[in-house]
Amino acid sequence: MEITGAELFVKALKEESVTTLFAYPGGQAIDLFNALYGEKEIDVILPRHEQGLVHAADGYARSTGKVGVCLVTSGPGATNLVTGIATANYDSVPLVCFTGQVPTSLIGNDAFQEVDIVGITRSISKYAVTVRKREDLAETIRKAFYIAKTGKPGVVVVDLPKDVQKAYGSDSYQKEIAVRGYKPNTSVHMGQLNKALDILSHAKKPVFLIGGGVNIAHANKEMTQLAEMTGVPVITTIMGKGAIPTTNDLYVGNIGIHGSYAANSAISKCDVLFSIGTRFNDRITGKIEEFAADAKIIHIDIDTASISRNIIVDVPIVADAKKAICALLEKVKPLHISEWTDEINRLKMEYPIDMQKSGLTPQRVIQSINELFEDAVITTDVGQNQLWTTQFLDIDENKQMLTSGGLGTMGYGFPAAIGAKLGNPHKDVIAISGDGGMQMNIQEMATAIVYELPIIICILNNGYLGNVRQWQEMFYDRRYSSTCMRYRRSCETGCNTPNHCCPEYTPDFIALAESYGAKGIRVTQPEDIKTALISAKQNTKTPTVIEFIIDREINVMPIVPPGNSLNDMILESEESTE
Amino acid sequence: MKKRWICLFVENEIGVLARITGLFSGKSYNLDSLTVGITEDNTISRMTISLTSDDRTFEQIKKQLSRSVEVIKVVDYTDTPLHMKEILFVKVNHCSDADISELFRISKVFGITVIDYDGSTVLLECTQTENKNDDLIILLKRKFVNRIEVTRGGSVAVESVSISER
Repeated sequence: MEITGAELFVKALKEESVTTLFAYPGGQAIDLFNALYGEKEIDVILPRHEQGLVHAADGYARSTGKVGVCLVTSGPGATNLVTGIATANYDSVPLVCFTGQVPTSLIGNDAFQEVDIVGITRSISKYAVTVRKREDLAETIRKAFYIAKTGKPGVVVVDLPKDVQKAYGSDSYQKEIAVRGYKPNTSVHMGQLNKALDILSHAKKPVFLIGGGVNIAHANKEMTQLAEMTGVPVITTIMGKGAIPTTNDLYVGNIGIHGSYAANSAISKCDVLFSIGTRFNDRITGKIEEFAADAKIIHIDIDTASISRNIIVDVPIVADAKKAICALLEKVKPLHISEWTDEINRLKMEYPIDMQKSGLTPQRVIQSINELFEDAVITTDVGQNQLWTTQFLDIDENKQMLTSGGLGTMGYGFPAAIGAKLGNPHKDVIAISGDGGMQMNIQEMATAIVYELPIIICILNNGYLGNVRQWQEMFYDRRYSSTCMRYRRSCETGCNTPNHCCPEYTPDFIALAESYGAKGIRVTQPEDIKTALISAKQNTKTPTVIEFIIDREINVMPIVPPGNSLNDMILESEESTE
Repeated sequence: MKKRWICLFVENEIGVLARITGLFSGKSYNLDSLTVGITEDNTISRMTISLTSDDRTFEQIKKQLSRSVEVIKVVDYTDTPLHMKEILFVKVNHCSDADISELFRISKVFGITVIDYDGSTVLLECTQTENKNDDLIILLKRKFVNRIEVTRGGSVAVESVSISER
């Protein structure tokens, strides 16, 4: 039977088991939306801005393990996706983004709303392609889903010119696909694995360093088994957090510039660093020459290009984390390393991450979330709110944290929570944000209202772009350049004295929430934290915004100053030791 | 730092060349020359890339190229016996009679051809290795200061059939 390209598009989505589509219409996508009209099997979500749209698809994909699917129009619709595409691709999130395009006859003519989105996204996506012929449509869509979700997952952009959408052609959609230039690794090299096991079995001071790869491969259960069978302590990157439950005795903490002292010290002192699914990003290594200087390094990663790029490794293994861990589980034996684990436990006890402050602190907010929510997805924005969450949030098999780790995109947290709630209607979904990032995609409040998503939004409001302000305080002589969110033109210039006749904060987040029809609660005292969270949990009709007014100059501690090696940390801010 | 050669088999599609060159520019990899042409299978193009880099960067470049969906195969030619040629045109302007005789002598010694000539301008064609072409350009630059115009095609390379290096 002959059908239009737009009809084939809808058929393809169904064949790919797409049940939720994040979509914003426009002139060059109107035929696709026409084909979706009245569609019962696909829930078409209309966010309020394409950036919110793509972050929502990202949150949906991360929290469900399915491919997130976006549909937008050409030109500005497409360019508004760019930040979200880079965000998702950087964190290996499977997305397929369909963009409308001007008819092939007009491409290159500077037509209305024409941009070369494939050219723009080439370096920030896994694959990007324009469908130029109707007969290529089915295969290209099939290929897009296959590439997005296999191997190291990523973003695929499929650009659909209007004439291809309208043209009639075959209705066939073949599931079989082979891409000759794309062969995701599906095996584990046993020789290399045995080498790794041999090194591990002779280790006196081994650690596991786990990155996001384990979460992406959904290998958390297997990873926990591996840690327990060997008795080797587990350190995670921010993206790897939750690889084993954070409450497990073998969990040490996060590595990195805001990692725990015990974790960073253990990395610096270990003799075998067994890493899985991390790319040794500059945020975690500190001064690279001194990173795990005495250790033999084993590195398992699905991406060959991540191996021996930043850190030279002794045993590279290219493999999917889950497959590799399962293979390890068949062979590992318990290690006798109690002296080493005792030392790490002592460091953990002596140097906990603790704000040691009275009053309404981010730590108390996040610990209350730990206590009150058992089955939840927690998203973060970017900045101090994110770092505190990665420090204090407990994660186990029923809790998940979504955060923009690679790109560090402000404005991510709230729309990602919308996607997470759509994918997990029976879980509590909490967005932890700052006052800065919250304003970057605040328009999505309308989306949360109209789709009746009772998300809990916790705004940690310090009236600053706090992470940059912290750096200005610590490394730039308190020159608070463009970081005060309460600044007004009438303020004196060069102000670095918060709470000194500061103007009112704008917007009033509570009034703003209420104007959308959401519930708003402002919390200023620590004793009201739990009441607010409980009341938000009980509100199952609308989103709840809880604005926590926190100390304006509270810092994320400990910190590895730029250029230092990992165990050379500043543990407490000057103010809190007073 | 060492001179390297890569042969790349890629999909013969719009945008693939941009993907490959974009990878080099986006990741600050140095690129000396790149040639591309369709193979006997018209869905596949073959690129010859020459570059100068240290070992570690070169490993990374090969990995980055292989993980591109459009790249079918990456072959490292660095230590492989190869046949390698580059086409070079050199136009020499404002030639006196003596210059012209000199150019004919040079062409004999270097095994190159005078392919066009109008009395004062001589066009040379040279199909040699990149290195030999470099030598010729140095010589001509010295002899015909500010009078030469160089057009180079970039190298193409193919593995030797016999063992010896050419």
